[in-house]
Amino acid sequence: MRVHQYEKAFLWLGAIMLVAFMIALLVTSVAMGIHLPGRAGEVDPLSINSIEPFNNPGVREVGPGRYEVVLLGSAWSWNPSEIRVPAGSEVTFLAASTDVIHGLHIDRTRVNMMLIPGQISRNTYRFERPGEHLLICHEYCGAGHHLMSGKVIVE
Amino acid sequence: MSVAESTRAVVLDPAGYQFPENQRRLIRWTLYIGYFALAAGVAHGFAQGLSYANIDVLRYFPGLRDYYQGLTAHGVANALFFTFTFSNAFLPLLTARALGRPMITGFLHATLWTLVAANITVIWAVTTGRATVLFTAYAPLQAHWAYYLGLVLLVVSTYIASAHLYVMLARWRKEHPGERIPLLAFISVISYVMWDLASVGIAVSFIGFLLPWSLGILERTDPLLNRTLFWFTGHAIVYAWLLPAYISWYALVPRQTNGKLVSDPLTRVVFIMFLLLSIPTGFHHQYTDPGISTNLKMFHAVLTFGVFYPSLATAFSVVAAMEIGGRRNGGGGLLGWIRKLRWDDPSFTAQVLAMITFVLGGITGLINASYLVNQIVHNTAWIPGHFHMTVGSAVALTLMGVAYWIIPYLTDRKLWGRKFAVAQSWIYTIGVLIMARGLISGGLEGMPRRTFRVAANYGRDSWELAGALTGIGGTLMTVGAVMFFIVIVMTIVAGKKGEGPKDIPFAETLIPASRDGWDAKLDRLRLWTIAAVVLVLIAYAPFFITYLPARLISPGYNFF
Repeated sequence: MRVHQYEKAFLWLGAIMLVAFMIALLVTSVAMGIHLPGRAGEVDPLSINSIEPFNNPGVREVGPGRYEVVLLGSAWSWNPSEIRVPAGSEVTFLAASTDVIHGLHIDRTRVNMMLIPGQISRNTYRFERPGEHLLICHEYCGAGHHLMSGKVIVE
Repeated sequence: MSVAESTRAVVLDPAGYQFPENQRRLIRWTLYIGYFALAAGVAHGFAQGLSYANIDVLRYFPGLRDYYQGLTAHGVANALFFTFTFSNAFLPLLTARALGRPMITGFLHATLWTLVAANITVIWAVTTGRATVLFTAYAPLQAHWAYYLGLVLLVVSTYIASAHLYVMLARWRKEHPGERIPLLAFISVISYVMWDLASVGIAVSFIGFLLPWSLGILERTDPLLNRTLFWFTGHAIVYAWLLPAYISWYALVPRQTNGKLVSDPLTRVVFIMFLLLSIPTGFHHQYTDPGISTNLKMFHAVLTFGVFYPSLATAFSVVAAMEIGGRRNGGGGLLGWIRKLRWDDPSFTAQVLAMITFVLGGITGLINASYLVNQIVHNTAWIPGHFHMTVGSAVALTLMGVAYWIIPYLTDRKLWGRKFAVAQSWIYTIGVLIMARGLISGGLEGMPRRTFRVAANYGRDSWELAGALTGIGGTLMTVGAVMFFIVIVMTIVAGKKGEGPKDIPFAETLIPASRDGWDAKLDRLRLWTIAAVVLVLIAYAPFFITYLPARLISPGYNFF
């Protein structure tokens, strides 16, 4: 196939660029240890209120500077709706939905997970600076979706 | 006409070909359904833009006053009905013209009437408030069965149109053994091959799970499985919307500005790459989902970067084709050819502005696909900022641009208000750029998408400017869209009769198709389809093997 030399150069440049981006992503994920949510177990949405640890939503200290937040999303509120953690702490979120699909986003952080009935969503994040973040449901979950919000206060 | 000449055109018979009036009428009415859907969708888009600016105009609406009901209508009408009615009309027309034979009237009727039935069913379900589940229809929010049925009918209409293409191509091949498929027919057919394969996901989800579940036959359903099946189709669906626009950019736009399509074989390669890579990328819409392994997400990220590649190649090809035209029109120097393009032709202008906007749409799309980076932008206002620069302009503006020649061609009337139509696409483009700027900056500050902002019980100061820009841009887009409808309606009722274009504006190629060598193997559609199926299996089998059987755990919820 005859390809014009400029076009050839452009196609090579594009390929190199895409490979470079890909390598950068691999480095941040593997070498820097930043992860997406993955498989973290399953939980029956209809009996979730009697299943550990979701029968006891809230914030727990699990080690020095390490916290676990068990969070339930239901139409149209978060339980708990206010989360307080000290600055510099590493927080693991364990979240699940009791009814429909919800989205969990803590603004200005990379805590951003879907809550899908039947699945446990888990991710870890270190809150460096004191301040107040919004806890937003970012997936449409019915008529009151825009009222489903809370706060994360870093003290 | 010599053989050498005939292989340079993207159609079999460049001398001219006329379709019978009854077929033109059926194509016309199929397109009108799409414009009708666009009008309905745009009306609500206007209210959404203003909602981001903290202005509630919904209370003055005659119907669809619920924000999420309107959002459902907006997505279904603009992203599904407008796009697929266009493809259902455009692709058979181009294929038949490329092969120099009439369309098959029975197929045109079947496509049109299935679309009508789909429309009626969906409109009833949405307007009566029985299907406020948005166009993604994520279970376990449960809509009325008519909603799922209507969307299934829409997909069926695309299958009928596909069958129409395949039958036309098969008949032509029988009559022309050993000949290369004319380029325009090849890229039209392969676009719907890709879509037919991609649509398997929602077909299984809707027919196998959601429809029986909404009818009460299945008591419960599996939210993750249905979501995964949706996104199996859901990324490739954007290419099903985009490829008809690409067909126009490659094979028609060069002619409209006196240029030439650069390379016949490379164009085929690009479309084959879309067939291979559009589908095995769906998990990049589910990066933040639980229940899917991160290794698999990474694999889909790599393939998503792969499907960016044919778009990159397209960027070179379509610009080079226009440069040829600009220089033939007398443009000199490094950039002087740009001024000599046909900026006075509204069909050309709309499509070039679509291409320019798509550069930003493509870049933001690559950012979305960038694995960890997705956690910053997922489901924020950034996402609609991105896709209004892809489907909302690259596709929508191209479809408007095509309307500026196809409606005169099908009605044999002169386009009404040429200058007005040129202004239309500029206003729409400026609007979409301002709106996307607002949504994107708001998204980076955490402003969520799919949210009735006027009534939300939370917010940030930094969302104020972002929201205002969204409202201003959205309003300009609405003005642009209304101008489009004025041009189309006025052309149909008042355009000068007998002064429409006599043929479609197909281009010639600089590097033509060759009869021998591996070049000719590009036409082996069956082989490419099998390769695409294998790739899809490699990309999705690890999930299904480790996940199935379905977990039927969720009853339906009617929270609207």
